[in-house]
Amino acid sequence: MTAQAELEREETETMTVREAIREALREELARDEDVYIMGEDVGAFGGVLEVTGDLYEEFGEERVRDTPIAEAGYVGAATGAAATGTRPVIELMFSDFIGVSMEQIMNQMAKMRYMFGGKTEIPVTVRATEGGGMGAASQHSGTVHAWISHFPGLKAVAPGTAAAAKGLTKAAIRSNDPVFVFENKMIYEQQGDVPTDEDYIVPIGEAAVEREGEDVTVVATQRLVGESLDVADRLAGDVSVEVIDPRSLYPLDTETIAESLRKTGRMVVADETPLSYGTHAEIITRAQEEAFFSLDAPIQRVGTPDTHMPFSTPLEQEVLPDGEGVENAIRRIT
Amino acid sequence: MANYTLDTEDGRLEALRRMLTIREFDTKAGEYFADGEIPGFVHLYIGEEAVGVGTCAALEPDDYITSTHRGHGHCIAKGLDTKLMMAELFGKRSGYCNGKGGSMHIADVDAGMLGANGIVGAGPPLATGAALSIDYQDRDQVALAFLGDGAVAQGQVHEAVNMASTWNLPAVFLVENNKYGEATPVEKQHNVKQLSDTAQAYDIPGVTVDGMDVTAVTEAVEEARKRARAGDGPTMIEAETYRYNGHYEGDEQNYRDEEEVAQWKERDAIESFKERLIDRGELTEAEFEELQAEVEDEIADAVEYAQNSDLPEPEEAYEDMFSEPVPEVEQFASRLRTDGGSSGGDSR
Repeated sequence: MTAQAELEREETETMTVREAIREALREELARDEDVYIMGEDVGAFGGVLEVTGDLYEEFGEERVRDTPIAEAGYVGAATGAAATGTRPVIELMFSDFIGVSMEQIMNQMAKMRYMFGGKTEIPVTVRATEGGGMGAASQHSGTVHAWISHFPGLKAVAPGTAAAAKGLTKAAIRSNDPVFVFENKMIYEQQGDVPTDEDYIVPIGEAAVEREGEDVTVVATQRLVGESLDVADRLAGDVSVEVIDPRSLYPLDTETIAESLRKTGRMVVADETPLSYGTHAEIITRAQEEAFFSLDAPIQRVGTPDTHMPFSTPLEQEVLPDGEGVENAIRRIT
Repeated sequence: MANYTLDTEDGRLEALRRMLTIREFDTKAGEYFADGEIPGFVHLYIGEEAVGVGTCAALEPDDYITSTHRGHGHCIAKGLDTKLMMAELFGKRSGYCNGKGGSMHIADVDAGMLGANGIVGAGPPLATGAALSIDYQDRDQVALAFLGDGAVAQGQVHEAVNMASTWNLPAVFLVENNKYGEATPVEKQHNVKQLSDTAQAYDIPGVTVDGMDVTAVTEAVEEARKRARAGDGPTMIEAETYRYNGHYEGDEQNYRDEEEVAQWKERDAIESFKERLIDRGELTEAEFEELQAEVEDEIADAVEYAQNSDLPEPEEAYEDMFSEPVPEVEQFASRLRTDGGSSGGDSR
């Protein structure tokens, strides 16, 4: 089912990605008393990214808890708390700060359940914002979801639409596994139709066909979903473009991608992570494993060309993958 | 009710039994490691028994602990089953972690044991988190982190203690100062005279106790537990102790001399506690011998249980990753079931 068909079955309201995430948080806080939010300035201040907003007024300081600037400490505490009966939702602010807390993520959060023979659950959600485009320079613009998707024991989702932002955030909070929600900072103001049903979730591991097409498949994530849909509009009548948002990076819905490739025979993968050893490589590998004999052209990659995100606008615009890059990639193979 | 408490004669005998059990367990663990029957690494707790036992005697059964790479003693003190522990060391399916954890990762969350840990200093943030759950749900428990002297230098330990004290959480940080962080003496790793002095940075009590005296340890932890439950926040306790063996089995120990080891052994925690109980008329030499024989039987049974237990089946490698399994991992299990043999991670 396409994303549009999915939404047509639901009561929806138009809202931004930021509002959709806040709504997901609000609904889950109201639904389950064991759920609480922790992070830097998420309380009365409303969050540096203005996502938690007024939740502090509604739920109080115990449930929307400000932490010290101590990422390893509070990510570790959230892991310990998740192992002992509560369900913390961490806002890690910029995904670059995952570096500061990586030990607790990779050696504790990701490994505890497995090392302990499955005898504990770690129901923790980690939200972090990714991406360049606002001149935040290298330490506040990274796109690092390949690290987390690569690391066994963690699940990773990355919404490209407001509906997915709400549905994935809720699925993450309800999951008994550690789930990272990667929010691209350039699409917080992007609007979309969002189901109002309080039990609307996007199951982790299900991709969405955002637009159907016949000639080429674009697998795009986060900001590049919207930009690829714009490209598809522009090329309509010339090239028929199918756009898929994987939504979930790990687990990854290989079948939806492979099925599309069997139909179109051509594929572009657009994702803001650096090109080498990353998200693109994984999606392409799986696609060719499943649909090699349907391929009519080499699969193309659009991503960050293995640099950090530079500060100055012309430099940043040079390396930031965008719709133009997607269009060029489509032109190369159609 | 506590498992055992040093306030009663039965409790004191139980504490002695557990100290003996730890020593016997780790003696055998060392032997079977040397024989090659136990794979990986083992870090033995021999010499430090009074710390684990004195601590857990002051805790309630549903209190949480986080442990270290040197965790066997904490497990036994907390009441874990030596059979399931030994089976885990032997890599058997019947072990606490179904053979997935081994010596450095024994855990039993239901018994309040949140895991031995192979990363120095990683336990305190987890304990702060457990204390947060307790506080959030208003439960009558505390969370105690065991950490070594080496861990006090770790940044994440500072973050954990700072958060627990700032949030007034029911946590206790128990530093086992066994004088060496791996092979480097404690004074070459820290600038403070006593590691408990670091508590001043958090405005929480910091006390140093004789870790070779089970009673002294228990009294300090009782006080810390009371304080935590009263809502007055965490305490840092430094227990000065000594490991008789190397950092790990096979450690050549060129960083210390035999005389130093001998001096600490003269203050042996089990010997001195035993003498004290005999002096008080609560134990005779014959009763001690009997206790020792019982403990040796228990550990012999544990070894036998471990040796007779099954190894895991290869497909069990693909279990326990997630609460909700993922096809990325499941495909290997199903392939093993249909094709047999080792798949070794080839993706098709």
